Amino acid sequence: MALLTVLGVSLIAALILAFVGDRRYAPEINIFGSAATFAASIFLALQVYYNGPMLAGHDFFFVDAFNVYLSVLTAFVSMTTALFSRRYMRHEREHGKVGRSGMRFYHAMFQLFIFAMLLALLTNNVGVLWISMELATLSTVLLVSLYRTPSAVEAAWKYFILCGVGIAQALFGTVLLYFAAERVFGEGSAGLLWTNLSQVSDKLEPTVLSLAFVFFMVGYGTKVGLVPLHNWLPDAHSEGPTPISAVLSGLLLNVALYALVRCKVLVDGATHSHKAGYIMMVFGLVSIMVAAFSLLRQKDIKRMFAYSSIEHMGIATFAFGLGGPIATFGALLHMLVHSLTKSSIFFTVGHASQMHSTQEMSKIQGLIRGNPLVGWGLMLGVIAIVGMPPFGVFTSEFLILTAAMKDAPYFTPFFLLGLAIAFAALFRKVMPMVFGKAPDYQRRLKAAHIPVFVHMAVMLILGLYLPSFLSEWFHTAVRLLK
Amino acid sequence: MNVNIAAQINSVLAALILLTAFGLLVQRRIYGLLHIFAWQGLFLSISTAIVGYTAGLHHLYISAILTLTLKVFALPYILYVLIHRLKIHKEVEDMVNIPTTMLIGIALVIFSYHLTAPIRELSTLVTRSTLAVALATVMLGLLMMITRKKAVTQIIGFLALENGLFFAATSATYGMPLVVELGVALDILIAAFIFGIFFFQIRTTFDSLDLKEMEKLKEED
Repeated sequence: MALLTVLGVSLIAALILAFVGDRRYAPEINIFGSAATFAASIFLALQVYYNGPMLAGHDFFFVDAFNVYLSVLTAFVSMTTALFSRRYMRHEREHGKVGRSGMRFYHAMFQLFIFAMLLALLTNNVGVLWISMELATLSTVLLVSLYRTPSAVEAAWKYFILCGVGIAQALFGTVLLYFAAERVFGEGSAGLLWTNLSQVSDKLEPTVLSLAFVFFMVGYGTKVGLVPLHNWLPDAHSEGPTPISAVLSGLLLNVALYALVRCKVLVDGATHSHKAGYIMMVFGLVSIMVAAFSLLRQKDIKRMFAYSSIEHMGIATFAFGLGGPIATFGALLHMLVHSLTKSSIFFTVGHASQMHSTQEMSKIQGLIRGNPLVGWGLMLGVIAIVGMPPFGVFTSEFLILTAAMKDAPYFTPFFLLGLAIAFAALFRKVMPMVFGKAPDYQRRLKAAHIPVFVHMAVMLILGLYLPSFLSEWFHTAVRLLK
Repeated sequence: MNVNIAAQINSVLAALILLTAFGLLVQRRIYGLLHIFAWQGLFLSISTAIVGYTAGLHHLYISAILTLTLKVFALPYILYVLIHRLKIHKEVEDMVNIPTTMLIGIALVIFSYHLTAPIRELSTLVTRSTLAVALATVMLGLLMMITRKKAVTQIIGFLALENGLFFAATSATYGMPLVVELGVALDILIAAFIFGIFFFQIRTTFDSLDLKEMEKLKEED
């Protein structure tokens, strides 16, 4: 029941918002819808916490420790983003960047996007997982081009084409997976249910699954934003409205990585080797390095943080590839803390660029003078994202690093180098924006502070102490992903 | 119908699908592209129906009808209307190096045969030999999207790629479960509306549907 509410609310909210359009109370409906989804997801999490993994709807849905925490995270970040977007989008509307139909479209598609991600997380069917990933892309494509500037249209087109082609490869992987499964289960949907597949994964044909993994890696890897398939990501993040950048970066990349990891578990079971893991480690490490060097060259603030997302997704992919209890635990934690940190950074970045009417970093100055909360929010966010204690990213990166030292010592210098460069690059770029004199074109602005503070608080708590229910979930998930 | 004859007909259809994929690769006129695309959909639909008949699987008839309505009528019609409204039906795309593109295409076909060889040995289905053609169609669609610089042709390449995936599903496994196939069809339909909107957005912001104009977003040094 809780499960249907989690999925249903966002779908119904999308329909309602499509009719409500640009009325005054549309943002409130948006917030209310996401809050209801969040409440239902908490309820679902409690059910899973007390009763263990569950199947529902003729085995169509499956909730376990791995996807339930991501569902709660998705619902939570979408709620805070809805809160943030109320002020942010009102500002954009008043300054004529979006029209009436744009606002209608924005709200409806925001909810549809949340629905698609939750469906991807909760479904048990690997084929439906693919369909909802594609739906998540399609619902955000036109949001990226919302401002209708030439660069926004270009970014959206790139996003549409590259992700469409990428994810088509994942469909081919799914076909191959079904081919292998059919030989065990015979004709029918049973062969695509993850719960069935994971039980018999050692009976699946290894050659077919190795080939399938290549397609999954390219397909879902494009959506995760792994180098060299990342071209769409910085463009889509920098040209779309900031709330969309926040959810793309904080949530969609996570969901894509989730899909990849689910497939990897099956492939590992079939091939009895660590081949898939090595592929993921190399992709992850290359992403970390390339993103770190790209960070140095950025001029656009949202583009820079988009590259930072590529770097962090690289870290998580690397850790999942590394495998083993500590690295997997670290990767799960990293997905959580990166999502919270990065979305809160995007909230402050959105306000900062509204205050200066530009996304160019050289023109953004003296944030602390202009609006101390935005300035400190950005500063603390950056301190957290580069992995300084006491925030959560430090914990997860430390765990991953420890595991890497033990299991793959040759990779660690590159890993550390990537982290160090990203650290230096982000600090060098952010300091002048936060401190210094406020330029005279800087505007005062009513910023949405609550989402930023809530995220900061959660990040701080996760850095200092991991609640027992969360670590229990992670441990269960680690056993599951072995 | 004898299984052997069915397999042979299916191979012929596979060859025709591959032929249309090459046709799409080099056709320069937009209406010509649409016609070839519709033919490809038709061959795909017939092939699906024949596989469904020989294997006695009725859900394949549904997919065959789905392909027929979507790929042969609906999508070409939507594209036709869009092209008509955007008044680009007379445009001829200038392409360089058609022979090179063809050669790369042939190399991709050989590569597909090589890649699917282990699967062919495992499979017991009558359609197993066509899996390589399906993968080749996917790759050729990809190649078309890389070599073409117009929004409409890129979309047709994308749809041809999707055709290849669909063909792969029927030839490797006698089709995916119905839920998945319906979902994929729905996604394609939504995608069709989105690229429709896109054509107009691109047209109004860039004054043409030529993607050469879109070169603003690059890493600056």
